[in-house]
Amino acid sequence: MSDAVLDRETIDPDQLVNRRLVALFFLMALVFLSVAILGGLLMALQLVHWNPLRGIELLSPGRWRMIHTNAVAYGFLANAFLGALEWSVPRMTLRPVASRALSWFIFVAWQVIVLSTAVGIMFGQAQGVEWGETPVWIDPVAMLGLILVMINFMVPIAQAKRPPYVALWYFIAPFIWPPLTYAMGNFMPQYWVSGTGGGALTGLFIHDLVGLFVTPLGWGLMYYFVPILLKKPIWSHGLSLVGFWGLAFFYPLSGIHHFLYTPIPMFLQYGAVVATIAIEFVVTTVVINFFGTIWGSGRMIVTSIPVRWFYTGMVFYFITCLQCALQVTLTFQKLIHFTDWVVGHAHLVMFGVFSFWLMGIMVYLFPRLIGREWYSRKLLEYHFWLSAVGLFVMFVDLGLAGVFQGFYWASLLPWDVSVEGSQPFWITRVFAGLSIVGGLLCFLYNLYRTYMGGYETSSESATGRIMPEPA
Amino acid sequence: MFESKSGVFFIGGLAFFFLAFASNALVPIYMYRDLPEQPVRKLVNENLLYQFEDLHKRYQEPFEAAYGTPPEDETEAEAWYADRCAEALLRGRTIYTGEGCWHCHSQFVRPVSREEDRWGPVAEVYEYQNELQRPVLFGTRRVGPDLSREGGRRSNDWHAVHFFRPKMLIPTSPMPEYTWLYDGSPDQPNADGLALITYVQWMGSWLHSYPYYERFEPISGTDSGME
Ligand code: HEC
Repeated sequence: MSDAVLDRETIDPDQLVNRRLVALFFLMALVFLSVAILGGLLMALQLVHWNPLRGIELLSPGRWRMIHTNAVAYGFLANAFLGALEWSVPRMTLRPVASRALSWFIFVAWQVIVLSTAVGIMFGQAQGVEWGETPVWIDPVAMLGLILVMINFMVPIAQAKRPPYVALWYFIAPFIWPPLTYAMGNFMPQYWVSGTGGGALTGLFIHDLVGLFVTPLGWGLMYYFVPILLKKPIWSHGLSLVGFWGLAFFYPLSGIHHFLYTPIPMFLQYGAVVATIAIEFVVTTVVINFFGTIWGSGRMIVTSIPVRWFYTGMVFYFITCLQCALQVTLTFQKLIHFTDWVVGHAHLVMFGVFSFWLMGIMVYLFPRLIGREWYSRKLLEYHFWLSAVGLFVMFVDLGLAGVFQGFYWASLLPWDVSVEGSQPFWITRVFAGLSIVGGLLCFLYNLYRTYMGGYETSSESATGRIMPEPA
Repeated sequence: MFESKSGVFFIGGLAFFFLAFASNALVPIYMYRDLPEQPVRKLVNENLLYQFEDLHKRYQEPFEAAYGTPPEDETEAEAWYADRCAEALLRGRTIYTGEGCWHCHSQFVRPVSREEDRWGPVAEVYEYQNELQRPVLFGTRRVGPDLSREGGRRSNDWHAVHFFRPKMLIPTSPMPEYTWLYDGSPDQPNADGLALITYVQWMGSWLHSYPYYERFEPISGTDSGME
């Protein structure tokens, strides 16, 4: 303990964290988020017959729908996570990453990977694995990238002397999970296993990607940033333990719930259903832990915009998981599988939770990265509210659409009826999406003005003083 | 153990991952070990050949531009058609994945929600143990109807027009136009267009109840089936 304290006083933060790299990761994340949102918009317009760019091969809505999801997962989330990790891992371990040169290499390589994925999909080379549409020739390169990421961050973690803080559990495991998950989902169903067994595999892949890559990194970052911003430790260490190990155990067991009522053996489907319901209890402990932490400092949600992003995300997370526990039952599946309900659910998780957290982190870190205070707090407020309201409307709207679609189909009315019946919901969704676009534009403009604005040299936050480590 | 790096790495990271991998992936793979994967050539059946030769009749020029002319001899011609048909299936599958059709169309009929009445027999394991289902194209969203029983339900002409501009047939259709599968007009499908039609006609062609479109009757049981 004592040498860690010594370390903390003597280490120059700039030797630990490459701030320019973190900023660049965030910037590329925002670039790909913009691309992703344009793809989503194109599909949304197609559904309501407003697509002005029909009949252009490279703008085929089906292809752009895949660019939408892949750019979110690999372009936005992965880049933003890498940036946040470049910031937080060295600060938690008090050791720089394995190699700065490697970090730069990973940065460049990852952009090349994501860009070629998008271009490959645009030219019709998608692979038939949901969330893994990366063309097959890119898969091995992406795999290599993930392994390099693992090495780069595992070295400082392994060197750190003290037992790891909770956040590091959430980082250690996800450095080993993504390469495994990626290999499983992208190679096995492509080269070895066809048909139903392959379906079980891809179900597991979709699920592990969310559960073993995005979720743990997201929670790890929350365990790191929330105590720093609230200036107090996490409420209960015991609950943190329950949360982590519950997630690690139950999450991967529920992969098959993506393909209920397929020819996959029924007992496996039941197993996945039970595991999914178990996760709901685990999640509840985690959410309780975080609300226990903010108890007494509730005003921070109003005053601090990053804290607001974090806790809004957590509320959405709880809604998502409650939804999981219900919709995973076979009774619900009958009605809502294949409908827009699921699409609403996916947006709530990927945007409402993880993107919200990353937005909060960016709002908190950008001033510390580029050494200037935000140009406009008002624009930050707009960013938050346009995103939050847009997302919530989209979620409710698509959820309702799903229920309607489910009943239309079961009623055996002609297919047309279900399509026409969806139109009001799809039109609402376009506007909800535009609200999110508006929020993003506010953020980008704000960032641009901040970057161009006058220097605020030597402000405390700008020098990136090392925050006290949470207990 | 629960708070140490190695505990997290080996138990949480590796052991739990492989436990789930074994139970959720290896178990079904093992269960179907006696159902070997069918190569694509074996998937060419009579129903499908009928449609494939029909494509030749209807779109002679584009067809011959894409596949050449069949040999004179009748038995040779039969094998020739089957080989070309297998090629077309593979190519059609590539287009189907590349265009993201599988994000708007599923390929399995569930035993619930009266899906049997709408589309036909519930999906079974053996139907997926083949080269064209690698990776499997179950799909997770239905903007359009399930396609696993689509073969024979519509004529080749219908599909040709539909892929060119769905709104010509279904004015309310939100399905995208695929004009790049044609040389300018719906009666000129190019090699990709022909392949995609072949692929769509393949789905369900292995069933006994394959509905030749000439004999197509609306599904029974309701007075308001699919058109
Ligand atoms: C935006 C979602 C969407 C995409 C992408 C899409 N479709 Fe469709 N598809 C629909 C809808 C909706 C219908 C029902 C209305 C109609 O028949 O046009 C439909 C109908 C069909 C039908 C007719 C089914 C029947 O018998 O009534 C076929 C065949 C079909 N699609 C094949 C495809 C293929 C092949 C692709 C990829 C090249 C594709 N679709 C891409 C939405 C989509």
